[in-house]
Amino acid sequence: MAIPPPERADVAVPPPEGADIDVPPPEGPPRRPVISLRKITKVYRMGEIEVAALRGVSLDVLPGELVSVMGASGSGKSTMMNILGCLDTPSSGRYLLDGVDVRRLDETILARVRNRKIGFVFQSFNLIPRTSAVANVEMPLAYAGVGARERRARAMAALEEVGLADRAHHLPNELSGGQQQRAAVARAIATNPSLILADEPTGNLDTRSTHEIMDIFARLNQDGRTVVLITHEPEVAELTRRIVRLRDGLVLSDESTAGEHLHASDMGAR
Amino acid sequence: MSWLENVRISLRGLNANKLRSSLTVLGILIGVGAVIILVAVGTGSSQAVQNRIKALGTNTITVLGTGRFGRGPATTGTQTRAATLTAADVGLLQDRTQAPDILTVSPVDSTSVTATNGAATSTMTVTGTTPTYIGASDFQLQAGRNLTSSDVTAHTRVAVVGTTLVSDLFSAGANPIGSVISLGSLQVQIVGVLATKGSTGNNDPNAVAIIPYTTAQDRLTGYSASFSELIVQSRSSSDINAAESEAASILAGANHTTVSALPFNFLNEGSLLSTSQSTNQTFTVLLGAVAAISLLVGGIGIMNIMLVTVTERTREIGIRKAIGAPKSAILGQFLTEAVILSLIGGVAGVIIGVAGSHFRIVGVQPVLSWQSIVEAFGVAVAVGVFFGFYPANRAASMRPIDALRYE
Repeated sequence: MAIPPPERADVAVPPPEGADIDVPPPEGPPRRPVISLRKITKVYRMGEIEVAALRGVSLDVLPGELVSVMGASGSGKSTMMNILGCLDTPSSGRYLLDGVDVRRLDETILARVRNRKIGFVFQSFNLIPRTSAVANVEMPLAYAGVGARERRARAMAALEEVGLADRAHHLPNELSGGQQQRAAVARAIATNPSLILADEPTGNLDTRSTHEIMDIFARLNQDGRTVVLITHEPEVAELTRRIVRLRDGLVLSDESTAGEHLHASDMGAR
Repeated sequence: MSWLENVRISLRGLNANKLRSSLTVLGILIGVGAVIILVAVGTGSSQAVQNRIKALGTNTITVLGTGRFGRGPATTGTQTRAATLTAADVGLLQDRTQAPDILTVSPVDSTSVTATNGAATSTMTVTGTTPTYIGASDFQLQAGRNLTSSDVTAHTRVAVVGTTLVSDLFSAGANPIGSVISLGSLQVQIVGVLATKGSTGNNDPNAVAIIPYTTAQDRLTGYSASFSELIVQSRSSSDINAAESEAASILAGANHTTVSALPFNFLNEGSLLSTSQSTNQTFTVLLGAVAAISLLVGGIGIMNIMLVTVTERTREIGIRKAIGAPKSAILGQFLTEAVILSLIGGVAGVIIGVAGSHFRIVGVQPVLSWQSIVEAFGVAVAVGVFFGFYPANRAASMRPIDALRYE
């Protein structure tokens, strides 16, 4: 189970009008956001009961940002991530990805968006069993229609980038948790997407592997990729430049920690 | 995503569950094999029956006298005298100008007797006839001589006998020719032995003694001036219908009646053949249909196992969709799996079916029909596509988030 099912929001009182926080771009030059959420709601039906996982989230993420999303379980962060990754659709509100309203995209185009624009990393790695690491990394490239030889080369390059080239031909169950997650990151970046989404990527990892993964994310971000990751570990969140906190399906706070950004390797030194 | 890629992924999926995959393949294999073998058995038995009918001689018509089997058409009120088959009729039928398509006419007067040779006895059919009977009935002489016309005119007490009579009455290796045996009250000398002939039914055609009809009427059947049947032989099998109508009109003329009112039955070997052909065709279709049902059951097996596979691999489907697999790729992957199962089953079924058709099955030598092989194989693959589509489409239509959350 990578993504926990939405839990019931126990808050009975609806949020006051205007509680949505429209986040202005943190820097001066008007750049078009990669992600633009406008009053996104998501309501799940569980039998007779309707459960609101998101109750009006608005958020902008600019290209090149490294954002962490925090919140207690049930705060709607995973639901938001699934919507960002085009795995789920909002009940209402608008989601512009690179300025395009995803509601207007049909299934085939959405599959292409997931394939080319977004790299998704799951908490439980979600590698395909009985399939070698390199074959897993090749998979999105295969769906992108890349030829066999180039595919293998690009998959190996991606594994190289996460430092897993020497274990390319191992099956997932022959890899440690950290190695599996690195393979999953390699799969996410294989098609060279500009947006990396990670749902608690370090949730199942020990401290050492957490460092390795965060190092990789930091490096991917330095290369210009936009990275949004969910975490409930404050020390992981502190490594990012911006922390968005959710509670009960609403954005609670959105603080920029610009300038205090630390390199992941500093974390262990404390 | 090329189709080769699909095949590779599908093979990996099938390989992960070898036992399950092979059991599913077995379902199709049995279906395809059964269709091929059963149709081959049907075709084989049909051909065997037709060969036996052809062995009777496809150019003969048997004219049965009234009352022989009680099947003659009812006589009309003006007709007081029952029509019979007489020696005069035989002469008329042999008229070249009136009946140009008739080659020979052999009168038959037969009865069942106990044949004895010393202490040995056996029940035999004694057929009183003329020399042409042996050729018309597709018998062949193995040793000695045939009856002659002078035997008939002189009422000679001679017999040409079948192999069953020889084996029943004589010790093995003894030469029966020249021996004198008793057929009931009649003592005859054996002048010829017939070659063994294949059976056409329950009667043994080799338990027979053929004697001149004059001799038979003298001593066995009683002089009645009529025969139980006539064997009319046409010049060729294509002339058989012409020969039949010539015989019918001649006999109608001789009996002062019309062809439709003629109280004789005409058994045309040609029509017998076509009747049996259509009967056997029905039989073959029936066998094939029974086998096709097992093919259908095999197809349902594929559907069942694909549904299980899709359920089992729901998370994998979710992952694939999350990393950008379009609907068509998922559909293709699972459809390919189903088709590979049915293809392997089809190929194995054809091999088993072809191999199995080389053995005698319940006394029938199966005859392979290419049509059944191609059809069974084609249906197997179609079954794979048909029964694989629903599970594959179900997999392809899943929403990625639902598939990922599936436990």
